[in-house]
Amino acid sequence: MTNLTELTISESLEKLRNKEISPVELTTAYIEKLEDNKKYNAFVTTTPDIALEQAKESEKRYMNKTNKALDGICLGIKDLFCTKGIKTTACSKIIDNFVPQYESTVTQNLLDDGACFLGKLNLDEFAMGGSNETSYFGPVVNPWSKDTKLVAGGSSGGSAAAVAANMCAGATGTDTGGSIRQPSAFCGVTGVKPTYGRCSRYGVIAFASSLDQAGPICKDVRDCALMLNSMAGFDAKDATSSRRDVPNFESILGQDVKGLKIGIPSEYRPDGLNEEIASYWDKAIEIMKEKGAEIVNISLPHTKYALPCYYVIAPAEASSNLARYDGIRFGNRVNGSNLEELYINTRSEGFGKEVKRRILIGTYVLSAGFYDAYYLKAQKIRRLIKNDFDEAFKKCDVILAPTSPIEAFSIGDKKMLENPINMYLNDVFTVSVNLAGLPAMSLPIGLSKNGLPLGMQFIGRAFDEETIFKAGYQLEQTVKFKRI
Amino acid sequence: MSEYILESANGDKWELICGLEIHCQIISKSKIFSTASTEFGEDANECVSFVDVAMPGMLPVLNMECARQAVKTGLGLNAKINKYSQFSRKNYFYADLPQGYQITQEKHPIVGEGRVAIDLSDGGSKEIGIERIHIEQDTGKSIHDIDPSRSFIDYNRAGVGLMEIVTKPDFRSPEEAGAFLRKLRSIVRYLGTCDGNMEEGSMRCDASVSIRKVGETGFRPRCEVKNVNSVRFVMQAIESEAKRQLEVYENGGSFEQETRQFDQVSGETKFMRKKEYAHEYRQFPEPDLPPLVLSDEFIETIRKGLVELPDAKKKRYVSELGLTPYDASVICENKEVADFFEEASKGHDAKKVANWLMGDFFAMLNKKDVDIKNSPVSALNLGKLVELISKDVISGKIAKDVFEIMVETGGDPEVIVEEKGLKQVTDTSQIEAIVDEIIANNPQNVESYKAGKNNLLGWFVGQVMKQSQGKANPGVVNKLLKEKLDN
Amino acid sequence: MAIDNETVRQIAYLARLGVEEDKLEETQREFNKILAWVEELGEVNTDNVEPLYSPFDEGMVLREDNVVEGKQSKAVLENAPEKEFGYFVVPKVVE
Repeated sequence: MTNLTELTISESLEKLRNKEISPVELTTAYIEKLEDNKKYNAFVTTTPDIALEQAKESEKRYMNKTNKALDGICLGIKDLFCTKGIKTTACSKIIDNFVPQYESTVTQNLLDDGACFLGKLNLDEFAMGGSNETSYFGPVVNPWSKDTKLVAGGSSGGSAAAVAANMCAGATGTDTGGSIRQPSAFCGVTGVKPTYGRCSRYGVIAFASSLDQAGPICKDVRDCALMLNSMAGFDAKDATSSRRDVPNFESILGQDVKGLKIGIPSEYRPDGLNEEIASYWDKAIEIMKEKGAEIVNISLPHTKYALPCYYVIAPAEASSNLARYDGIRFGNRVNGSNLEELYINTRSEGFGKEVKRRILIGTYVLSAGFYDAYYLKAQKIRRLIKNDFDEAFKKCDVILAPTSPIEAFSIGDKKMLENPINMYLNDVFTVSVNLAGLPAMSLPIGLSKNGLPLGMQFIGRAFDEETIFKAGYQLEQTVKFKRI
Repeated sequence: MSEYILESANGDKWELICGLEIHCQIISKSKIFSTASTEFGEDANECVSFVDVAMPGMLPVLNMECARQAVKTGLGLNAKINKYSQFSRKNYFYADLPQGYQITQEKHPIVGEGRVAIDLSDGGSKEIGIERIHIEQDTGKSIHDIDPSRSFIDYNRAGVGLMEIVTKPDFRSPEEAGAFLRKLRSIVRYLGTCDGNMEEGSMRCDASVSIRKVGETGFRPRCEVKNVNSVRFVMQAIESEAKRQLEVYENGGSFEQETRQFDQVSGETKFMRKKEYAHEYRQFPEPDLPPLVLSDEFIETIRKGLVELPDAKKKRYVSELGLTPYDASVICENKEVADFFEEASKGHDAKKVANWLMGDFFAMLNKKDVDIKNSPVSALNLGKLVELISKDVISGKIAKDVFEIMVETGGDPEVIVEEKGLKQVTDTSQIEAIVDEIIANNPQNVESYKAGKNNLLGWFVGQVMKQSQGKANPGVVNKLLKEKLDN
Repeated sequence: MAIDNETVRQIAYLARLGVEEDKLEETQREFNKILAWVEELGEVNTDNVEPLYSPFDEGMVLREDNVVEGKQSKAVLENAPEKEFGYFVVPKVVE
């Protein structure tokens, strides 16, 4: 029998339902794997005892046939989701001791479907970063690393690495500017950033409220469908949660793509695009064409402005969202002789460098005299970016493009660290989707000459995750990416 | 219109320019963005949800009732209801502001311009413009007197809904500001949107004050006096602030826009902070809340359910019930009084009921120091008492005695009159017998009367009334006596 | 719009972040680099373009006025760095 932790969620469910394995057995296998793979620093908190308790409950449900959609499946939770009674830190020193007294809606949905939680996953501090190096608990090591330790991507680096290294069957992630898709691409796993509003943000620590969206990171497309079906749905506790019905994503898998119009945005192939990535993109186009899809050239003319636009809006919202970390009601406090000093000491010592940088930028672009030139301007350009997509989707049903312009780089890469903009540029293919609130899926397309995974993404119309699942599944079936 | 002019030592005449911002706590069961209770008097931090203390990942969800109450208030102030409004974040750090920002409405308030008529003591009236009403969240409370070196914070009040009502700078005297506040308080109480208790802080007022020479058209720098907690103090604060500014100008000085505080003890305003150091609020649209779009149906349902407001009521009392404008406005200021009056006057002579209310009844409430809700005399019984007078069952004089008994016992005047045998005698033959007896027994006085001492008539009336134990109808007595004595 | 050290100080204060004097120069340089980069946005003509503050377009769902949460001060205070008598405690706030 293969190692249990290498099974996909759907494979595990089948074995669980057939009583070939028990939830406790499965969970125990993952707990061992957690120990073996500590070197990746994917988890910041592990909860083996809780997972085993949950597995025992799950076992009862399998016995009396009341098992649920994800019963006995072992998941990892990005440490940005508040979990009742379990430390939730956003990988920041400022709340490294915070124990929520409430459960996020997304994790509650997963628990209600019988999932077992193995622990909390590493991320860039407050999800701000693209390499997981801003985590207070240190960077995640990409399981594909050979001689040098490579980044797992970010911000959901822990989620992508843990799934890639079989430390959990699936993981939750959040995507504000590419934080699910880019680490998924770096780690050779599949990640879905749903439409804004599809998953409740209640209990998810906010980075940029109009951009943040939770989604699954799994071994394959089917698992993402299963997990997203559990995570998604209207939540009265989030005023930006969609009332639209959530379709059964799994039922779409296997549908053919004959006649499906796939848009290829010319702006995503700038001069100097990494040749390997460009050729994998061509390969993906070829595969889809062979399957009967129609390839359409499209234009997203404001793509160039998406990054600066994002790096105004996201910090602006973050500067406000992070004001609550003031050392008064929760988290770490660094005292001062008066309240002002307490604030400054607490926040200066509690936040890391990148977070502080973004708070400063955000504060600046919102301040009197600069609001119109930066913040308002960016929100107007955001409209133009969304209009570009609206126009494009008149010509095509789904867009295919690379997830990231680069493969995983080394931890501590000088070029990335000396100039924050170099790091920001890695988000070039992902941020537009967040600005427009669209769904997108990243899935592995193959390995680079360095033996590192590369990812492609399908971008869909708002609330049309079905099409990206349909297309993604077809591509996946042909690519047959070999997991670790 | 009341002229309020400040005169400087050199004889220059100055006028006051003042606008108000009033924060009214919205009456609702739960808070504006969370499901915690708005109740007062609970233990510290018991009426608090995780949203109210801004725990990580918590999100606001708008309470429908707060939107409804704001719309209702807007309609009550003859204001434009904005079908599209938007929340924004006002960012600043303070211990009693858990999120590090206040959710408010900046560019797109729920209610736009309106107007309110105020009555002035000289009998005149004036319209005050409303600039806008927006809804927002209240802050928590810091307690400074538990420990000399530490402050204690209670978030029970954090997140209670507030309506901020902003007027135009239309006030030209402290009296106008006072009249407006009383009127506003009366309206929100009528509407049931705010309890209007300034002393308890459920209605809080900031006054923006400047002065200018009569004839000047521009505005001079203004000072904002923050958080004044009674109508009287607001008037006092405006007055003393205007005088302070005058003094600065008199001494050849000038000042910049600043925020000041009212000191209740000295009755003066004190410097709080310069405007340039004021918070830079970095307001931007609240991404956690979509724009609020109200349907016509939502607004119309509220409009149809509106109670009759004091102005309309007053008009009706004057034109239909014949009350004097003064009585009508006194009765209408307080909805409970108006309700009491309407119940008492149902089917009875409204003007007489009003007289009783304004006279003996209010005097009694004052003396007993009880409010109308706890009046020992019910509206129904007051109406009956007036009816007994109207129907000549008892005289006005006896009525006062009956009223005394009603105050003591809370009893029904009809029963009291019956039991104590206080019914007025209107039977002419009975009264005539007494009149004849009095005339027969007092020949000397009859002589004097007939000789021209006309004022003796009063003495005869008194004797007859005494003999009848006050029950004789004084009109009949008067008539009979005159007939008999003059012949 | 290049900014100077004083602006950095002011912005840091607004955000209640301390910037050490010897880091001021570096922070300012970095800040300017990022600002120069985002200034590309100025190239785009946005006349008559409505800002898009959020992709969410379903309008506001209003909540019924019911009390659900409360009577949980223990949980509310659970993570407080300093608490006493059911209150959160901070250094004396001078009004």
